[in-house]
Amino acid sequence: MRVELKRAVYEENDRLAREINEELRSRGIFTVNVLGSPGAGKTSLISRLAEALAPDRLSVIEGDVASDIDTRALRALGIDAYQIETGGDCHLNAPMIRAVLGKMRVPDGAWLFIENIGNLICPAEFVIGEDLKLVVASVAEGSDKPYKYPAAFAKAAACVLTKGDLAEAVGFDEAFFKSGLASVAPNAPLFPLNGRSGDGAAALAAWLRLARGTCGAPAEGPRLEGG
Amino acid sequence: MHEASASEALVKMVSEEARARGETDGSPYRVARIRLVVGEATGYMRESLEFYVGASAKGTPAEGAVLDIRYVKPLLRCPSCGLEYERRRFTFECPSCGAQGSMIKAGSEFYVDSIELEPARAKEGAVV
Ligand SMILES: Nc1nc2c(ncn2[C@@H]2O[C@H](COP(=O)(O)OP(=O)(O)O)[C@@H](O)[C@H]2O)c(=O)[nH]1
Ligand SMILES: [Mg+2]
Ligand SMILES: [Zn+2]
Repeated sequence: MRVELKRAVYEENDRLAREINEELRSRGIFTVNVLGSPGAGKTSLISRLAEALAPDRLSVIEGDVASDIDTRALRALGIDAYQIETGGDCHLNAPMIRAVLGKMRVPDGAWLFIENIGNLICPAEFVIGEDLKLVVASVAEGSDKPYKYPAAFAKAAACVLTKGDLAEAVGFDEAFFKSGLASVAPNAPLFPLNGRSGDGAAALAAWLRLARGTCGAPAEGPRLEGG
Repeated sequence: MHEASASEALVKMVSEEARARGETDGSPYRVARIRLVVGEATGYMRESLEFYVGASAKGTPAEGAVLDIRYVKPLLRCPSCGLEYERRRFTFECPSCGAQGSMIKAGSEFYVDSIELEPARAKEGAVV
């Protein structure tokens, strides 16, 4: 007996993510899911954005497999940060976000940045309640990342390219990178950003403010049809 | 990378479906076949899915089910000749004119299209 299901394997996660997103939105909170390889500059990006978005309130959820180093670094900068230790899981999912949101107090109207686990594969597959995804790549990882990890780039509303100061030293091919990005994410703008000096953070902050103002429904629907 | 948890979710979904149908019809079912649609962008490998689904299905109505996977390739559109085409490995180029296409679908499907149920005892040839 054939039974038609047409049901997404992660439908429970997706449903919970929608619920989380609606709840955060109803409180005026705008949520950004930050993806990127380990060391790409995710934590640095969030720190620089906290400065560039001031005086707006900003809260951070840090996903890490087994440490709270980033959370402590952010708190040392006066940023309101909470830790999720996944204990080995390679991505954050909606139930984890639900759980941590129960323990923290994101102020109404704040920005909520979620630093996902460092990896360009699994985090791309999960919605966790965000309004949009940012993908962070550093020049040190090489110029072929959009070709090798299309999903992470395709799902991002914008791409941040860090460590431009090292481009020459690592032989970064900017044209090749941009052409790959244009193929997999034709609508995603590219923002160069220096995670140490903060150069470029103002432009990204301005774009985020714009996106926040114009953001309709969350970027991603169910995964029955490919996105 | 996370085929294990994906497989658990998958087995849970189809087993619950089989149980629910069994209760409605008053006789138990087992899942004989699972038709799964997987976008290439998910990175799920056939071998891993087969392995983990087999492992998590032990002791459930989905034990021994055949996993039928249909892969969906990313879809691109050529900016110069307008052709829509599936991505070939390692390139985004248009197969017709060679221009570099834009992705219009990443291939992130991951859903159960349908399942095949059969009476739970059919295998042992038991007559009710
Ligand atoms: N030279 C240089 N180093 C950077 C830049 N952005 C981040 N880093 C350094 O890269 C390392 C990893 O950054 P981090 O933000 O922790 O990356 P994460 O693992 O993605 O969170 C740190 O030592 C940062 O200081 C940059 O634009 N240029
Ligand atoms: Mg970090
Ligand atoms: Zn063409």
